[in-house]
Amino acid sequence: MTEKILKAKDLKRGMKARVVSINEEEDVCPRLLELGLFPGTEFQVVKIAPLGDPIEINLHGYKLCIRRSEAGCLRLVELD
Amino acid sequence: MLNSIDIPKAARALPQIALVGNPNAGKTSLFNALTGSRQKIGNYPGVTVEKIVGSLELEGQQHELIDVPGLYSLTAISTDEEVAIGALLESGQAPELVIYVLDASNLERNLFLFSQLAETSLNVIVALTLTDVVKREQGEIDLAALSSHLGCEVIPVVAYKETGISQLKDAMVRALADPRELELDVGFPQIVLESADRVVDQMNRWGVDLKRKDARCVLLDEHCTTGDRFREIPELWNVVEEERAKIFGHTVQAKTVDAQSRYAWAAKVKRDSYIAPTVPRKFTKSDRIDAVLTHRFFGLVFFLLLMYGVFQSIYTLAAPFMDLIDGGKTAFADFVSPMLAGAPAVQSLVVDGIIEGVGSVIIFLPQIMILFLFIAILEGTGYLARAAFLMDRLLGWCGLNGRAFIPLLSSFACAIPGVMAARVMPDQRSRLMTVLVAPLMSCSARLPVYMLLIGAVIEPRYGPIWAGFSLFLMHFIGLAVAIPVVLVLNKGIFKGKRLPFMMELPKYQWPRWKDVLLTVVSRAKVFLVTAGTIIFAMTVIIWALLYFPRGDEKAYKAQWVAQGHVAQGEEFDHFLEMRQREDSILGRFGRTIEPVFKPAGFDWRLTTAILAAFPAREVVVPAMGILFGTGADVDEESPSLQSSMNAAKWPDGRPLMTPWSAASLMVFFALCCQCMATLAAIKRETNSWKWAAFAFGYMTALAYVLSIAVYQIGSRFG
Ligand SMILES: Nc1nc2c(ncn2[C@@H]2O[C@H](COP(=O)(O)OP(=O)(O)O)[C@@H](O)[C@H]2O)c(=O)[nH]1
Repeated sequence: MTEKILKAKDLKRGMKARVVSINEEEDVCPRLLELGLFPGTEFQVVKIAPLGDPIEINLHGYKLCIRRSEAGCLRLVELD
Repeated sequence: MLNSIDIPKAARALPQIALVGNPNAGKTSLFNALTGSRQKIGNYPGVTVEKIVGSLELEGQQHELIDVPGLYSLTAISTDEEVAIGALLESGQAPELVIYVLDASNLERNLFLFSQLAETSLNVIVALTLTDVVKREQGEIDLAALSSHLGCEVIPVVAYKETGISQLKDAMVRALADPRELELDVGFPQIVLESADRVVDQMNRWGVDLKRKDARCVLLDEHCTTGDRFREIPELWNVVEEERAKIFGHTVQAKTVDAQSRYAWAAKVKRDSYIAPTVPRKFTKSDRIDAVLTHRFFGLVFFLLLMYGVFQSIYTLAAPFMDLIDGGKTAFADFVSPMLAGAPAVQSLVVDGIIEGVGSVIIFLPQIMILFLFIAILEGTGYLARAAFLMDRLLGWCGLNGRAFIPLLSSFACAIPGVMAARVMPDQRSRLMTVLVAPLMSCSARLPVYMLLIGAVIEPRYGPIWAGFSLFLMHFIGLAVAIPVVLVLNKGIFKGKRLPFMMELPKYQWPRWKDVLLTVVSRAKVFLVTAGTIIFAMTVIIWALLYFPRGDEKAYKAQWVAQGHVAQGEEFDHFLEMRQREDSILGRFGRTIEPVFKPAGFDWRLTTAILAAFPAREVVVPAMGILFGTGADVDEESPSLQSSMNAAKWPDGRPLMTPWSAASLMVFFALCCQCMATLAAIKRETNSWKWAAFAFGYMTALAYVLSIAVYQIGSRFG
C-alpha cells in the first residue's frame, strides 16, 4: 500500500483517504473529532458539489458534508 | 461542558421527559407521535432550534415532554447547543427521564453522544428510530445485544406509522418508576484509567469526593465542568496536570483519545448488534437520484429550472386568488361605503383605512401559502438539503452558508417568512446575518412599484426588452448589495469564531402530506398574526396622517374654477382629494423635507408617497394615485396614473419622471426597509429591537445614498 500526503483541496470523487493527524487547536477541529474524523479514520469521497465545495464523505458507516477549507486541520494520506 | 457529578433534580410541577439525539435522528417525528400535537418535521439537520414543549399522559399522570435541539456532542460549540445542553445538565434542570433517540441507520456516530450521556447521572432509555430504513436495506438489528451493551432498555419505533409508541410509553413508565444511572464503560485506555484512579486517590486525600468517571472526564476534557470545583486550587489542579502529562507526553492530544475511545466502543457495539445485509448494495435509490441532482452540470441546471418554476408558479398560481381577494375587497368597500355616506371621516377611515389595510395583508396570503407549500415539499423530499449543498460555495465565501439559501429565497416573496425561515441556520451568528440581509431581497410588495414605473417610464421609451431587463435588475440589486453587507457584518460587527459548516444529505423520500399541510397552515397563521396586526395598525395611522387636518373645500374649489375648469365631475373630486392630501400632516411634512430627497430626483409628491410607505410599502401605489390626482382606486397598470405621472412637472417645467428618476425611485424601493411587519418579525426572531433598528437604519441609509447616486450619475449621461 503506497501512502501519499494529500491536501483537502485535492480530494477527488471516489478517492479514499486516512486521517493521520489533526490539529486540535483550530476552531472546527473538536467538532470534526466528535464526528469521527480522528487519526486512523478512513473515508471515501462520495460527492463533490457542482461548484467544487463542499464535499460529501463516507466514514464510520455514515455520510457527512464538510467544506474543504474546514478539513484543512486534518493531515491526510491517500489510500488506494 | 461534560459533567457527571450528580445533577440535582428540579423542583417543577410536572415530571419532565426530554428527547435527546443527533440532528435528524427523528426526534421531532417521535415528539409528534407521543404528544399528538403536531410539530414541524424536516429533513434538514437542526430544524428544531427552539425548545419545544408538549404534554404527555402516562398512567393518568401528566408529563412535560421537551424536544431538545439536535446535538452531536455534550461539548457545545454554539449558543444553541449551550442552551440545549444546559437544559439537560444544569443543576436544578435535569429532566426525570431522557429518551435517547438513536438512528439505527447511523449507529456509530449516534452512539458517540449516547456514550457521553450515559456517563452523566441522567436516567436514560433508548428509542431506536429508522429501523424501517435498516430493514429496507436488508440489515437487521439485534435488540438484545444492543440493549445489553447500552445498559438500558431499547425500544424500536417507527414514528410516522405509530409502531412501538405504546411499548415506548410502557418503558417510560418503568424507567420513571425506577430511575437508574447507567454504568457505561466505553473502555478508555488503561493508562487513562490508572491516571484517573490516582487522581481520585489524591483528591480523597485532600478531602474531595470524586468518582473515577469524573476524574477521567477532567483528564480528557479541559471543559469538563466537574473540574470547575478545583480548577482554581493550585494544589488540586497540579494533581490533574501531572497525570495529564503522564498520559499524553507530548504527542497525543486529549480530545483525540476521548473521541477514539468512544468510536472504538461504538464500532464494537455495532459489530455485535448490527447484522449487515449479506449482499451489500452498492447504490441505493437516493444515490442514483443524486447522480443526476447533484451532478456538476445537470444538478445546477435542474436547480435553476426548479427555482424558476417555483417562482413562476408563485406568481401565476397566486394571481387568480389575489384577484379574487382584490375583487372581494373592492366589492365590500363599495357595499359598505354608501352606508357611511353621512359621516365622511368615518367612511374614509373604514374604506381607505381599515378595509384597505386588512386587504393589503390578506392579498399576500396566497403567495405565502404557495411559497411554504413548495418549501415544505422540497424539505419533505430531502431536496432542500441538496440545495444547501449546491449553494454553499456561492453563499459561503462571504460568510453565510448554503442553508441561508432557503430564507433568502423565501424573502423574494416576502421578507417575513424569510426571516422566520432563518431558524434553519444552525448557529446564532449566521442566523442573525441571514435575518439582517433577508429584507434586502426584493419582495413581491415591491413589484407593483417596479411595474408602475417601468410601465410608465421605461417601456414606452425603450420597449419590452429593456422593461424586462429593468425588472430583472431590480430583483438582482438587493442580492448584490447583500454580499458586501454580509462581508462587513462578518468582519466588522460579529467577531469571534466561526462555526464549521456541517450537514448531512438525508435519503430521498416522498413528503408526508399531512406535515406539508400543517407547515403551510402554521406559517400562514404566523404571517397573519405578525404581519396582519402591524400592517393593519400602520395603514390606519398613515390614513389618519394623510386625512387630517381637513382643508377648506371652498378655497380648493375657487382654485379649480380659477384654472378655468367646471366644479363638478370625477376630475374635480380627484382634485379636491389631492389638495386635501397636499395640506394633510403628511403632505406638509413631505413638502418640508422635499429638499432632502431632491438630489434623488423626487418632488414632494414622490417624497410624501415614500414617507407614507415607510410602515408598509404596499400603500405606495394608492398613495401615488391620490397624490397625482387620479384617486386611490388605482393599481400599477392604471393608464390614468401612468399618464398623470408622465405629465407631472417640476415647478420650473422640467418633467418629473425621467428614466433616471424612475430608476432612482425603484432603487430606493428595492433597498429601503419600508415594512414595519418585517421589523417586528426581526424583533421576534432576534429577541431585540436593537437588531430591528439596525436593519432599518442600514437599509434606509443604503437606499438614500444609492438612489441619489443613480439619479446624479445617470442624469449626467442624459
Ligand atoms: N423512514 C423513516 N423516516 C423517519 C423516521 N423518523 C423520522 N424520519 C424522517 O427523518 C427526517 C428527520 O426527522 P425529524 O423528526 O425531523 O428529526 P430531528 O431532526 O431529530 O427532529 C424526517 O424527514 C422524518 O420524516 C423513521 O423511523 N423512519
